[in-house]
Amino acid sequence: MPTNVGSDAVAMLPEILVFVGGLLVLVGGSFLPRERQWLSRLVTGIVLVGAVAVSVWGLSQGERMVFSSSFAVDTATGVARVIALVATLLVVLMASDEFAGHPRESETYALLLFATAGVTVLAGASDLMLLAVGFLLASIPLYGLIGLLRLPGSAEAALKTYLMGALFGIVLLFGVTILYGVAGETTYVRLDERLSGAPQAAVTVGVVAVLAGLMFKAGAVPAHFWVPDAAQGTSGTAAAFLTTVPKIGALVAAYRLVSALPDTVAWPLLIAVLAVASMTLGNLAAYTQSDPRRLLGWSTVSQVGYLLVPVAVAGRSDLALPSLLLYLAGYTTTNIAAFAVTTAVPQRRDLASYRGMSRSSPWLAAALLVALLGLLGTPPTAVVVGKLTTATAAWDGGQQWLAVAVLANTLVSLFYYLRWIIPVYRPGAAGERLAPGSFAPLPWSSSVAVVAAALSVVIGLGAGLLLPLFAGAALA
Amino acid sequence: MLSVIVFLPLVVAVGLLSATWLADSMARWLFLAATLVEVVLVGIVWAGYHDPGTGRLAYQEQVPWIPGVSSSYHVGVDGLSLPLVAMTVVVFAAGAVYALRERDRPRLQAALFLFLEGVSLGLFVSADLIVFFVFFDLSIVAMYFSIAGWGQGDAARSAMKFFLYTFLGSLALLLGFIGLYVAADPHTFDMVELARATPLAGSPVAGALVLAAILLGLAVKTPTFPFHTWLPSAHTDAPAIGSLVLAAVLLKMGTYGFVRIAMPMLPQAWQAWAPVIIVIGVISVLYGALVALAQTDLKRMIAYTSVNHMGYIVLAVGVAGVISRDTEQARAVAVTGAVTQMVSHGLVTGALFLLAGVMRDRTGSYDIREYGGLAAVAPRYIGLFAVAAFASLGLPALSGFIAEFQVFTGSVAVVPVTAVALLGILITAALFLRALQAVFTGTTRGLSVDFTDLRPSETWSAGLLLALSLFVGVLPRPLLDVIEPAAHTVVGLVGR
Repeated sequence: MPTNVGSDAVAMLPEILVFVGGLLVLVGGSFLPRERQWLSRLVTGIVLVGAVAVSVWGLSQGERMVFSSSFAVDTATGVARVIALVATLLVVLMASDEFAGHPRESETYALLLFATAGVTVLAGASDLMLLAVGFLLASIPLYGLIGLLRLPGSAEAALKTYLMGALFGIVLLFGVTILYGVAGETTYVRLDERLSGAPQAAVTVGVVAVLAGLMFKAGAVPAHFWVPDAAQGTSGTAAAFLTTVPKIGALVAAYRLVSALPDTVAWPLLIAVLAVASMTLGNLAAYTQSDPRRLLGWSTVSQVGYLLVPVAVAGRSDLALPSLLLYLAGYTTTNIAAFAVTTAVPQRRDLASYRGMSRSSPWLAAALLVALLGLLGTPPTAVVVGKLTTATAAWDGGQQWLAVAVLANTLVSLFYYLRWIIPVYRPGAAGERLAPGSFAPLPWSSSVAVVAAALSVVIGLGAGLLLPLFAGAALA
Repeated sequence: MLSVIVFLPLVVAVGLLSATWLADSMARWLFLAATLVEVVLVGIVWAGYHDPGTGRLAYQEQVPWIPGVSSSYHVGVDGLSLPLVAMTVVVFAAGAVYALRERDRPRLQAALFLFLEGVSLGLFVSADLIVFFVFFDLSIVAMYFSIAGWGQGDAARSAMKFFLYTFLGSLALLLGFIGLYVAADPHTFDMVELARATPLAGSPVAGALVLAAILLGLAVKTPTFPFHTWLPSAHTDAPAIGSLVLAAVLLKMGTYGFVRIAMPMLPQAWQAWAPVIIVIGVISVLYGALVALAQTDLKRMIAYTSVNHMGYIVLAVGVAGVISRDTEQARAVAVTGAVTQMVSHGLVTGALFLLAGVMRDRTGSYDIREYGGLAAVAPRYIGLFAVAAFASLGLPALSGFIAEFQVFTGSVAVVPVTAVALLGILITAALFLRALQAVFTGTTRGLSVDFTDLRPSETWSAGLLLALSLFVGVLPRPLLDVIEPAAHTVVGLVGR
């Protein structure tokens, strides 16, 4: 296949734009005085908005493979790009509270942009080599991001994430090596035929290793240990980002990978087991948490479990890919709304301290309610539509027990989401005067929380318009 | 028209929620005005209603919603849903009258209950399983906040229990809905099409599993034995109008699901499992009555009679699945009785809960042992309470009689052994008479001293419901004319 570098580069314009934007912010930021760092925030915002616009334009340009079939420019990539970029934009807006005037402000934005570029590369990668590149590009900035704000727990969180990331990165490379060794090929297009004749044990080991690496990015079992610590220990901005955006790339990448595998590998069962393990473990562990961020951290582990369900029925149900993308869109907005609430009131690090919030800051409380009920899966937010289509896809794909597992776990998750909602809607403790504004929520995070919560409802109600669009996402 | 009825309360609720400057009294009157407008609108719908016939709905509206999974915003009414829609708007109007005396955050309460009204109406008119599910879930959330926010006693715990049980039910329902969707060819969530296609007719095992999931969901919400344990605590700790809506409207969502979803869409499985359903119905009747007899807490007692009353409905719809020659008429009578019972129970038990709420308001106690000789100090109270109690135990000339008479006529004709459930009526009669005797007769003592008689808002709210019960009891034709064709349709669908 001839490579036309010019037009191929245009197809990857969003990634290029975001990466170059990251460089610009990094270099430019070092020349800016501290009180003028808002300029780099502005540049970051413009880069992201521009990249969203280019991605939307790219969605209308038809599907094709670029750079010798190593990167797929199709609906799945396009949608993943839009979700990831919008999510990063929301996170950057949130960061305005936490990082305005901070000595590391520009660096934070640069790291966010690099990681986002890595995530979108991951989402479109159709070649094992590019998958590894995307993995590293999406992971390494995260380590810095977690440790950047020197909070008491952030050093431990960064170290833990780094060690886990290094380990699973090596495992991923190991898997890529094995698959390349037995197939003599790294492009997904030819992986199917080459692997079907290869020794099955080697193929299985390779696939498991590559998937394990992706599970680290997604924050799913068995590579989930870093998630709650990072969510709790680092800044709210970084926590919101790393529990949301990397999952988009990892899950779409996992979907692409399993779609390219021959039927000789029993990957549906493997993914299904990982899905059930993630949702169950995440839910049970979230049970006893009293720190809202740690609770959300475990909740994201369980959400990845639900998100893995459509991957487990990839190719067996027409609904699998659209429902994965819809769930990703819903999860992203809802999860960011929940994290934005915690960064709006950063000093409240205990569920009980949210008592009386509904009186003092009704809009923020409403955003939290929508976000938590949304994560739980109550209409009319986006996640419930995602859960519905996901369970339907599982049933349709012949995995009825997965649909049952999704719904049973949803019931279990009710407990801990309610544990947070209850204090919010209780009157303040006797003696504590709750004048309006006594929560003093920070302005940017509050706005992001309300906007993201509203967005999740809009996606839920507008799911009818999105689903056919996503359904066009046949894998190239 | 139906969309206006569903969304008007929601719009007013949002308005009330955002109007933080609104005076409390204005909020209360706005609540009442909105519910009265709803009554008028439903009156117009009722006046223009003609039976749409098998497989059709009146006042249909359909807009594609999630075409990817063939789900549309599809609403319509027929003889099964219209009576419940009418009952719902009346109950909410009565609740609004009662709430005229509310002092605890009346604006928020009005918003919450208007939201609940819109959601409940939306559920009864929906003709798409996903729309049904959405409204089903939203009703749970709204009721949770009603109990947790305005309840008494151990309200947080009761509200949690309520949420957990009914949320479990809603997830089981969803599972069943997905099963129906996947089995249907072409895949669809549309109720009318699913009832026409009966997707799982050919596979008894899958049909039984899907029916089991749907039955579990509905049985929790109804509730029937053995899923009723959330009900007494939720009622005891809920505020008066919360109990009113919970008993009158939310419980009907379960029983309505039987006739709207389970029976028409899974007729073969329903026939196969009819004996089990009948047994559960009979147990609910007897168990609910017996446990109610043992209560000393008035509100718990009424809550258990709800289990008993819902048992009659389950019994009747179970009987409709026992197919034999020459009993079609009797089965239709049973189903008509079941739907009538849904309306009747809403009116009568709603009134009983409002009157029990008065007791709480005056003295803070529901314990019937602490009262005595109340008749001397509160004649209006005892008058209404006695009427409500007699209506509840099925005295002729009140709506309960019309309903239960038809349930038993139909049931005993088809399955004679169900006559044992008649014992339930006997026990209910005994327990109500015992409670009346304990609270109202004898010398005035205990908490009865200084008990203020009913205030106008209380008299009007409970009186309105009981007057309608009396109307249905004396002149049942207008109601039965609507229900009977639909009951025949359902029996025809189950008999396939």
